[in-house]
Amino acid sequence: MLGKYITFPELLLWFPIITGLLAFFIKDQKKVKAWALFSSLITLVISVVSLCYTDNTKYFSYNYVSYIWLQYLGSSFAVGLDGMGHMLTFLTAVSFPIIFAATYKNDYKNPNAFFGLMLLSQAGLMGVFVAIDALIFYFFWELALIPVYFLCSRWGGERRIAATWKFFIYTFVSSLLMLVGIIYVYLQTGPTQFSDHSFSIAAFYKANISLSDQTWLFWLFFIAFAVKMPVFPFHTWQPDTYEQSPAPATMVLSGIMVKMGVFAVIRWVLPVFPEAVLKFDNIVIGLAVAGMIYASCIAMVQNDLKRLVAYSSIAHIGLMCAAIFTINSTGMHGVMIQMLNHGINIIALWIVVDIVEKHTGVRKLSELGGLALHTPLLAIFFVIIALANIALPLTNAFVGEFAMFSGLYEYNPWFAALAGISIILAAVYTLNMVQKIFYGQDNILTKVVSLVTKKQKIVLTLIVLFIFVLGVYPKPVFDLTKDTVTTILSRFDK
Amino acid sequence: MSAIILSAVWGVIMMFGGVFFKKASVPKYWAIAGLIIILTANILEFTGVKIFDIYSENMLRFDNFGLHFNTVALFCTLIYFLLNGRDIEKVGNHVSEYFALIFFVLCGVAISSSFNSLLMLFLGIEIMSIPLYILTGSDKLNLKSNEASLKYFLMGAFSTGIMLMGIAFLYGGNALGSFNIDMMQLGQGALPDMIAVGIVLLVVAMSFKVSAAPFHFWTPDVYDGAPTVFTSFMATIVKVAGFIAFIRLFQSSFGTMQSQWQTLIVIITAATLLIGNLTAVFQQSVKRMLAYSSIAQAGFMLLALFALNDTAKEGLILYSVAYSLASIGLFAILVRMNDYTIEGFNGLGKTHPVLAFTATIFLLSLTGIPLTAGFNAKFYMLLAALQNGHQFWLVILAVICAAISAYYYFKVIQAMYFKEPSEGASHQMDVPPPFKWLLIFTAAIILLLGVMPGLVVDWLYY
Repeated sequence: MLGKYITFPELLLWFPIITGLLAFFIKDQKKVKAWALFSSLITLVISVVSLCYTDNTKYFSYNYVSYIWLQYLGSSFAVGLDGMGHMLTFLTAVSFPIIFAATYKNDYKNPNAFFGLMLLSQAGLMGVFVAIDALIFYFFWELALIPVYFLCSRWGGERRIAATWKFFIYTFVSSLLMLVGIIYVYLQTGPTQFSDHSFSIAAFYKANISLSDQTWLFWLFFIAFAVKMPVFPFHTWQPDTYEQSPAPATMVLSGIMVKMGVFAVIRWVLPVFPEAVLKFDNIVIGLAVAGMIYASCIAMVQNDLKRLVAYSSIAHIGLMCAAIFTINSTGMHGVMIQMLNHGINIIALWIVVDIVEKHTGVRKLSELGGLALHTPLLAIFFVIIALANIALPLTNAFVGEFAMFSGLYEYNPWFAALAGISIILAAVYTLNMVQKIFYGQDNILTKVVSLVTKKQKIVLTLIVLFIFVLGVYPKPVFDLTKDTVTTILSRFDK
Repeated sequence: MSAIILSAVWGVIMMFGGVFFKKASVPKYWAIAGLIIILTANILEFTGVKIFDIYSENMLRFDNFGLHFNTVALFCTLIYFLLNGRDIEKVGNHVSEYFALIFFVLCGVAISSSFNSLLMLFLGIEIMSIPLYILTGSDKLNLKSNEASLKYFLMGAFSTGIMLMGIAFLYGGNALGSFNIDMMQLGQGALPDMIAVGIVLLVVAMSFKVSAAPFHFWTPDVYDGAPTVFTSFMATIVKVAGFIAFIRLFQSSFGTMQSQWQTLIVIITAATLLIGNLTAVFQQSVKRMLAYSSIAQAGFMLLALFALNDTAKEGLILYSVAYSLASIGLFAILVRMNDYTIEGFNGLGKTHPVLAFTATIFLLSLTGIPLTAGFNAKFYMLLAALQNGHQFWLVILAVICAAISAYYYFKVIQAMYFKEPSEGASHQMDVPPPFKWLLIFTAAIILLLGVMPGLVVDWLYY
């Protein structure tokens, strides 16, 4: 049946859409929570099964499918999974059960709408990762935004409307400009059987675009993706939005949505505009490195826990962005594994932050302290996650960051040296955060009984295991994404 | 042909029926029945069954484009009648006359979508406009409605004069001495002065009819002053029909020397986009905001005139459906609100979830978010404009304006969902279940066209 009637990318896409729409009709708080968790677990199972069939030379029909859609425009509903697609759909599939389980205790007004929108956002993200037709990609790129916009504006903090509005406008403007870019590239592609041009990714890779066109098209695309990542100077929406969003939405935003930007640069910018990439690589890396140092400096002086994590995320993404543009195999492999690692680690960090905030009611570092006395278990988890956040050896992030740094060093030692500063700064602000929350004198706010739920314990234990396993044995991920890296880099062999 | 004849006849029937209808609630059923007959006849004609086969001396030409647009316009009017039938009754005492006038407008719409002679264009536009002057002033005791009607009439009469002047110049200037647009054959050389003047005058007159800047000044006042049910009709079906006439005229007769008048259209398009969007941002009343938004959307539709290729025609048909349905739906909700300001929508998501949800779909479609018909319509327009290959900056300007439009459309969404109802305001309104289902149906069509635009577009090549 598989491969003939239905394929993995379709399953991963349709399942959350259907369960998400059904969730709107389950009005009961408890039932809808269970439903969402159940649905996301099934999606995870589908994704894990699909990981057994990643070899596209053997199982091509399981992973790729294309239906006629706008025939005369040359757009088809084409979805497919290559190595990178498999990895990111897995990240999406694994994140949602983690998020649902870790925040299981939180109650919401209109829970049906909340969980429905969460599942729809999962579907949107899946769509972005599996699309291999430019128009379909654009569709999902925008659609992933809409549920998250509603989630943040409806269930967020006090300044939620203004904050998420900023986020919406940033992404909407930049993606509309990208749409113009997509149409322009489309008009340069060759004819197909029924149409003069084609939106398929293969046609885009083959399109004959002059260097002068590439230079401005590159920026139209890159800015749209840079806003999502976010790369300095397009990052200003991010701390506000992370701070004001409800915890699960923040986890989706920082864990997976950010990867959309990184993913899209690798899939849609590098192979389509190779000459422009080689022309502007130093500018982009310069921006990314500047952003890393800038964000790390701001993170050091942050007193607000959520904003601190937000800025640290900007610094990490900056490194990924810089490593992409080194255009060498080491850096690229580093980015691949780090997309997965960063996704899991940052979600773990947010889970702990959410627990701390729920229990103490504050998230000012200056008002916290001594939590380790009362919740030692949480402290242990947090220290491990924090160490992964600063990429200590043996943790998963070390593998990725090490590869990215050596890639960057190959490209230009000076950039590597500058980026290295941010690693030191990361250690400073992360350890400072650990110290201020968990150690030192406790106070009236932090004298709480440990209330870490069973589900949270399980989730955090699994994440810690994941951190160590990938830290010691990252080979499966490298193997998985090797085909993508080879394909992308082959565009630059001249 | 059937749409023209039948809607004129049905208009007369409705007019006389006013004498016999005892209850005010009767005419709307007659109107709906009549509309279904006309729609069926038009679809039959589309598929090749001609009920009326009249030789019009080549003054009218019924091609796929015109007939398809008629179907779209009649279908949208049907939705409009079904949604607003009861509100039309509340405007005044002469219920059947309002319906009769709408049928006369439809007759004008059908002529303007299938004219082949400049005289027919003039007739079509006039038949379309004159009943509207009356409808605008139909709220007789309301000073604003009277003012709007007078303003509309004066400005409209003036622009008609300009159009007539333009037609006269064209007639005098072309070598064959013909009114027929397919006989103009003006070639590609430099234009004779008389023709050039004629074209400019026609651009001005048509821009007035479709409320393109800088000839848009009547729009906000007239749309605001007219009873809301009729604003809904004017801002959607009538406006779109104007565009169909506009592109028909300019493609058939002046298409070959587009390069000579394209700059004029570019300026008008850019101005319309900017003025419409920027002014809409500052509106407090949703009705007025929708009036400016109709100008802004006109800017996008003008891109079809700029591009003037097959994609543009497909896009214009799609845009007609997407824009008309979404606006008709929004106006139908607006009519029932007690408070037309944006604050009046506060908390609607809680008090009337169905209305708020469908309104959100309509607003998302007007903004152009994927999965709605509005996105596909905008996409076709951008594609057409880029295919044309000139004036790349105009396309960039258009998408920036689309982003600005998100600002004022989303203000309403934010009010409905993220804000609490303001104190003292009530959302007590009359929302019968059929009305709700109809709104859901309309929203479903918009979503369906968002996924499969071919359902509308492919009929052009039937």
